[in-house]
Amino acid sequence: MFDDLSDLYQEVILDHCKHPRNFREMTAATCSAQGHNPLCGDQLKLYLTLDGDRIRDVSFVGSGCCISKASASLLTECVKGKTRAEVGKTFDQVREMVTTGKIEGDVGRLAVFAGVHKYPARVKCAILAWHALAAALNGQGQPVSTESEDI
Amino acid sequence: MMTASTVNRLPGKEIDWAALRADFPILDQKVNGHPLVYFDNAATSQKPRAVINALDHYYERDNANVHRGIHELSNRATAGFEGARARAAAFLNARAAEEIVFTRGTTEGINLVAAAWGNRHIKAGDVILLTEMEHHSNLVPWQLLAERTGAKLAFLPITGDIGQLDLNRVDEFLTRDVKLLAMVHISNSLGTINPVSELCDRARKLGITTLVDAAQSVGHRPLDVQEIGCDFLAFSGHKMCGPTGIGVLYGRGEVLERMPPYQGGGEMILSVEYQRSTWKQPPHRFEAGTPDIAGAIGLHAAMDYLDGIGRENIARHDMELGAHAYATLAGLQGIRLFGPHVGRAGIVSFLVKDIHAHDVVELANRRGIALRGGHHCTQPLMRKLGVESTSRASFYFYNTTDEIDGFAEVIRDIMKFFGR
Ligand SMILES: Cc1ncc(COP(=O)(O)O)c(C=O)c1O
Repeated sequence: MFDDLSDLYQEVILDHCKHPRNFREMTAATCSAQGHNPLCGDQLKLYLTLDGDRIRDVSFVGSGCCISKASASLLTECVKGKTRAEVGKTFDQVREMVTTGKIEGDVGRLAVFAGVHKYPARVKCAILAWHALAAALNGQGQPVSTESEDI
Repeated sequence: MMTASTVNRLPGKEIDWAALRADFPILDQKVNGHPLVYFDNAATSQKPRAVINALDHYYERDNANVHRGIHELSNRATAGFEGARARAAAFLNARAAEEIVFTRGTTEGINLVAAAWGNRHIKAGDVILLTEMEHHSNLVPWQLLAERTGAKLAFLPITGDIGQLDLNRVDEFLTRDVKLLAMVHISNSLGTINPVSELCDRARKLGITTLVDAAQSVGHRPLDVQEIGCDFLAFSGHKMCGPTGIGVLYGRGEVLERMPPYQGGGEMILSVEYQRSTWKQPPHRFEAGTPDIAGAIGLHAAMDYLDGIGRENIARHDMELGAHAYATLAGLQGIRLFGPHVGRAGIVSFLVKDIHAHDVVELANRRGIALRGGHHCTQPLMRKLGVESTSRASFYFYNTTDEIDGFAEVIRDIMKFFGR
């Protein structure tokens, strides 16, 4: 029906958009951060439970387009159990992938977002949850916005 | 080929709207393999060849700076620029060309009023009355003025998703402290047509100054500033077939005369000394620096083009397209529509159940349809409606009911794609 869109709306993305994983508030979170994409009105809040340097649990709530919801959902699956350093590296890989389409190293299922680079208006949707994650880990109280300069 | 100039402009005359598309070179293209369906006219309209030619001709034959020269080209440029001012006055039925100030667009026109009129007339405790459906450009300048002066903002409420002003509550809001009523004529998010003549009339009786944001109405229906009875009216050229970068602020003569300048610089002065200056009469007092001469000339061509079709004809077609789109979408399961059921402009905002506006717009684009998804520069209105964003289809006279039917098919496909 929209075959030519399969590079953007891959099956995995559609699945995570319809059935987001770890989609809940976390009352006993170690830290949390909000992400906001004023262009789309996307709002999400990401929660983390840390065990020293390691992410023991992660969840999110919020609303947004299919790409941003699926990105947050896949993020939670990907970063659970990882250390700060590991997550930082994955963030760099994801950023590179969604802006250039290049996949460096093993990004696992996140590779479904490689097609996003062909849709410049949607890069922010794919990266929003990752910025919220970075903000939560850095303990910044400020909500992050895709309109701030470094995004 | 039928062009606007050959169209009989009698109201009610049958017009071959589809044939007018030939006047717009941009419409004849494919996007993603499908014929372009341009439904983003509330953001900006497309330009007919007559306007593009006027710009070309100006730059190829007449270009010079205005007002300061004695040579032939400068005379031509000045005549073109001032001719556009006289044309705009006639277009709005202003009393005089001096009531027409050229601006960059609606936004600059409103900022001009907020600065030049507002700084002089608004004091702490005064109330600036707006509506809950204003575009950010008729909200943020007043917030800045309120911050500078200690004035307060108040908002005429709307009635839920139908998005009409609650006229029963107008008296309650037109209090003695209100110094200015500034309101949108046609809402770019809802398609609501506000009764601006009636509201200006009620405000004027209480000595309240009035401003109308005509960005969405001026190219879509006949508009008469004397009949509306407003003190100010602002619009942009680019939403009515004209170029970007040019707009008009209408100001009632007596009001403009009592206003200090907006920006300082060349063009607006009578005489300048090192310590002080005196300035020109309106409208030049408000036009510092070299203006957008080509833009004004292009806008002149756009006004001629629209009047060639007849704005009353355009208004009728616009309302037909709006009503057709509203009825068609209302016939689909799972669509939430915003704005009035009847008497709406050709702007339709909607939500497709559980599907984000940006996904709707992305998929529609794959079928060559240009929609807009987001808050449409009306974030407080979106919050009031309890949504983050909507999808919006906005029409102009070159759109057809066939295009709307095709669009409804695509909406159906989008629902299937997301399994809704
Ligand atoms: C109702 C309304 N007011 C004001 C504006 C601002 O117009 P511009 O951006 O041309 O200044 C717009 C257009 O976006 C509008 O739709």
